[in-house]
Amino acid sequence: MSLVRFENVGLRYGLGPEVLRDLSFRIEPHSFQFLTGPSGAGKTSLLRLLFLSLRPTRGLITLFDQDVATLGRDALAALRRRTGIVFQDFRLLDHMTTFENVALPLRVVGRREASYRQEVTELLHWVGLGDRIWSQPPVLSGGEKQRAAIARAVIARPELLLADEPTGNVDPNLAQRLLRLFIELHKSGTAVVIATHDVGLMDQFDARRLVLHEGRMHIYE
Amino acid sequence: MAIASRRMAIHGSDPALAGRLNGRESPIVPQSSIAGRALIAVVAIMTFLAALTTGAVMLVLASASEWQSEVAREMTIQVRPAPGRDIEADVRKAADIARAAPGVAEVRPYSREESARLIEPWLGATLALDDLPVPRLIVVRVGGAQPPDLAALRAALGAVGATLDDHRGWIARMRAMAATAVAIGIGVLALVLAATILSVTFATRGAMAADLPIIEVLHVIGAEDRYIANEFQRHFLVLGLKGGVIGGGGALVLFALAALLGDPATASAGGVEIAALFGSLSIGPVGYALITAQIALNAAVTAATSRGVVNRTLASVT
Repeated sequence: MSLVRFENVGLRYGLGPEVLRDLSFRIEPHSFQFLTGPSGAGKTSLLRLLFLSLRPTRGLITLFDQDVATLGRDALAALRRRTGIVFQDFRLLDHMTTFENVALPLRVVGRREASYRQEVTELLHWVGLGDRIWSQPPVLSGGEKQRAAIARAVIARPELLLADEPTGNVDPNLAQRLLRLFIELHKSGTAVVIATHDVGLMDQFDARRLVLHEGRMHIYE
Repeated sequence: MAIASRRMAIHGSDPALAGRLNGRESPIVPQSSIAGRALIAVVAIMTFLAALTTGAVMLVLASASEWQSEVAREMTIQVRPAPGRDIEADVRKAADIARAAPGVAEVRPYSREESARLIEPWLGATLALDDLPVPRLIVVRVGGAQPPDLAALRAALGAVGATLDDHRGWIARMRAMAATAVAIGIGVLALVLAATILSVTFATRGAMAADLPIIEVLHVIGAEDRYIANEFQRHFLVLGLKGGVIGGGGALVLFALAALLGDPATASAGGVEIAALFGSLSIGPVGYALITAQIALNAAVTAATSRGVVNRTLASVT
């Protein structure tokens, strides 16, 4: 079973030109890959297709062996819960504490705080935010926000983790620490896709590269 | 306890932290925001205005119907002087005929002096009434279970040279005026209600502008549409209720005070005059019920609008 399967997927916005053309690739369980390419190559569009925030203009996308075009909204929400997403701009909720932000994916499925308090606290310690549990995002540094966003993405133990430029706003030292965090998650069994144009970051870990160029994909195993 | 103290020392009066220490989760939708407070103010003001309009329309409706029934409850018998007839005897006879008629509650002939006083403003006090053929009036109050037989009464009075005015012309005018007042009142109320609903709708949309990223985050982390819509609907229902209770409650208090001022038992001289024009100044149980319904309506509009915005936002991100 592939986690993700794209067959001849094309995407255009409105009546504009195709920004993604004939994409065919698979993402296997427990795999690690970088998604890269120059700015404007379509990385963010492809990520939005992957986390079901966009529908393709043509082609077939299956996620966890289910054709996403045939699924209802609740079923798509269930697939999103099996996917963790880290946004470049973090998208933490400012009125909640770090703990509450990280626990949000568990809370929205109806779990009570007592049932997840320990695992959220342990995860926050694991990503190095043990002393920031009760802080709110506005007082966190960029690196702390990024780690909180990563913790929120993985708290529900997703099978697939998508990260959009996770090291885009941090210094090289922190970028390296964050990469190690993703590698640890990969080792624990999560398939990881990191969208980045940071060649230095990719050179630090030998992994499959999905390279987008002018809307087409070239895969380097 | 030591940990809690340390957290308090680090974070001071942080409201989210205070909530955590009290064992409460922060709400999904932030509780207090400038936009939320502005929405409460808009809902309060619009509910207050709509409630005032409703109350005013209820007062006009009650007064119009009161004026109409006051006029309809009375009839006037006019006894004209004729050469060779004793007008005093005719007045007595006409009054006896009226008293004997079914459906008549009270008959009060105006005496000679009272009739003189009636025309005094026009002709002066020095004029002798005997010099002029001034008709005499008898006021008849209608009452009882059955209405009087006007045709029979008119025929009986005709025998003594008296005519009966049942105020039909005035009633028709009153009815037309009351119908106009009611139509204008309902029209104004409909416009105010429409303006209220539109204002509340747009204010809710404005208040939600800052919350759109929350909807998107909840969506991408896998929350179902129903969950997100319910969270927002609940939050905005509370905001709408707060505004509605402030505005509508203010109007209810105002009308309760007005009713108290117009009550003859407690009224001042001014209050009595106002009560004479507008009746009891009480909007009645129907008026209070309508204002309460408006509070609920505005809260429901706020909640439904928020749900609509959530659904539209979710439709646009997939």
